[in-house]
Amino acid sequence: MEQNTLEISHLTVSFPTDRGGFRPVNDVSLTVRKGQIVGLVGESGCGKSMTARAVMGLIRSPGKVTGGQILLEGKDLLALNGKEMRSLRGNELAMVFQDPMTSLNPVVPVGKQVEEAILLHRRVSREEARKRTLEAFRNVGISEAEKRSRSYPHELSGGLRQRVMIAMAMVCCPRLLIADEPTTALDVIMEAQILQLMRQMRDRGTSILFISHNLGVIAQLCDYTCVMYAGRIAEQGDTRELFERPVHPYTRGLLGAVSSLDRKGEELETIRGSVPAPGSLPAGCPFGPRCGLCDETCRGACPEPREISPGHIVRCFHAGEVPV
Amino acid sequence: MSEILLEARHLTREFPAGKGRMVHAVTDVSLQIREGETLALVGESGCGKSTLGRMLIRLLEPTEGEILFRGTEITGLSAREFRPFRRQMQMIFQDPYASLDPRMSVRSIIAEPLKTWNLCRDREAVTERVLELMEATGVSGEMLHRYPHQFSGGQRQRIGIARAIAAEPSLIVCDEPVSALDVSVQNQILNLLKKLQKTRNLTYLFISHDLSVVRHISDRTAVMFLGKICETGDTETVYTRPRHPYTRFLLNAVPRPDPRRRETGGELLAGELPSPVNPPPGCRFHTRCPFATEECRRTDPPLRETDGRLVACHHPV
Repeated sequence: MEQNTLEISHLTVSFPTDRGGFRPVNDVSLTVRKGQIVGLVGESGCGKSMTARAVMGLIRSPGKVTGGQILLEGKDLLALNGKEMRSLRGNELAMVFQDPMTSLNPVVPVGKQVEEAILLHRRVSREEARKRTLEAFRNVGISEAEKRSRSYPHELSGGLRQRVMIAMAMVCCPRLLIADEPTTALDVIMEAQILQLMRQMRDRGTSILFISHNLGVIAQLCDYTCVMYAGRIAEQGDTRELFERPVHPYTRGLLGAVSSLDRKGEELETIRGSVPAPGSLPAGCPFGPRCGLCDETCRGACPEPREISPGHIVRCFHAGEVPV
Repeated sequence: MSEILLEARHLTREFPAGKGRMVHAVTDVSLQIREGETLALVGESGCGKSTLGRMLIRLLEPTEGEILFRGTEITGLSAREFRPFRRQMQMIFQDPYASLDPRMSVRSIIAEPLKTWNLCRDREAVTERVLELMEATGVSGEMLHRYPHQFSGGQRQRIGIARAIAAEPSLIVCDEPVSALDVSVQNQILNLLKKLQKTRNLTYLFISHDLSVVRHISDRTAVMFLGKICETGDTETVYTRPRHPYTRFLLNAVPRPDPRRRETGGELLAGELPSPVNPPPGCRFHTRCPFATEECRRTDPPLRETDGRLVACHHPV
């Protein structure tokens, strides 16, 4: 059995509110194996970024992890103190954000910023750091690495800035890379280039947790996919299995919505209503009010995850049924 | 074939970029929009599609060129002369959070154009008309006195659409109307736009970078690259048999939601978008084009009829 890079089990993140608290991440379990790209897909506010922040130890107060376990190669991340976590971030754990412009320092040349990341975690000379920076730039496909490393962030295009971010994330050879919507701010052509880069990194053995709202990107890239809705994972499975045989009504709705764009002239498939506002989840199954299969059972309790075939896990009382 | 509603001839727009330099946002673009159709403008960010869209309804003045609306030239008109045309042209914006005044209720947002154009005789008539428009766009009438922050993104976009159709325009420029919305809501808005087009005989200029959405909604497509149209024709023709190399790369890059058909990265366009301050001589695409020849570096190809659509390329694929 392949080693697991990341194992999240029953993770819950809570924020206190006037009405007793709200859980943006609720009982989430998922595993990233070595050299695997796992996709976390869902609409805005479903908790996918919050799950990533929990792994990075970056949940801001008053929010906090109130349950579950996060293991990085067997090491319990939730048991680490602030200092231990800091030495892990940028080193064994790295993250790339959606907007490279706000994650880079605008007044420092990009090469220098990557060097700083190396010097922080490795006992090497400045020269060695510079050498590794240029190598990292070349590895992520930045041409004229020497010249680009002296550029300031505003002098680079969005695609190049994102490459710099990826180079910075990869420079200490992290065990796990978390990519939070890394292509959302980019055009399709740049996006395709970055996805290609992600595949190359996986093939070199990097494990990646890839967050996106774009089902096309997920289908093209990920080995395994988790679909999140209102803080919970509604359905997870091998990407092919999930796209070919989705059983959760929400997954089916999303895929139907996307694929109906190909059928010209017809009315597009939609999911009725909209995502519930944070903190005002319906009782029972959170997808209930938008679901064609919802009945008394669904309104009474939230379904527990069950495995319907190896690796294919779903949270639905009526998984696989067709609405009448 | 239906009548031509709007025609642009040789439109150019430049913006000063300091030190005497110019951003060539749109260069020598000509196009026609027919009554009742949806024309899509697609391209990467910075290609000039929004600048062009805004110029067509005179939210921006062109540096050069002319625009004809139902045969009348509108470019040279004074504000007073242009007023009756203004009512015919409305806009739907990308960001439903930024395009509605947070201090105005839904009623006052939708009533504003009705008052501007004096379309209702009294307060009751305004309210009645606002409720009608809310029903037509799928916003519950009970929400009449609510404020934008009390709505989801999809609901806000519906309010923006209600405002756009209030003055009964003939042309609506939709600038990325669904890009800020979640997948499950995006389709609701697209269905609504289609329904309104049919029932109210609307013509759309649909600006988007999302090629799947464009394929579904538009009758004709114009692909832009660095301020110029490089290919334009019936949407199905352009999508199924693209002839401009750029169109091909663009369509190839769209990630398909089908894990069985994975793009293994065969035909990927390398390199960066050239700067619109200093566009390359000759064909603007030649610095990225794998088929570029000496001719492409020297002369800029005009749009020519090729295989049932217009292509600006010396060597159409």
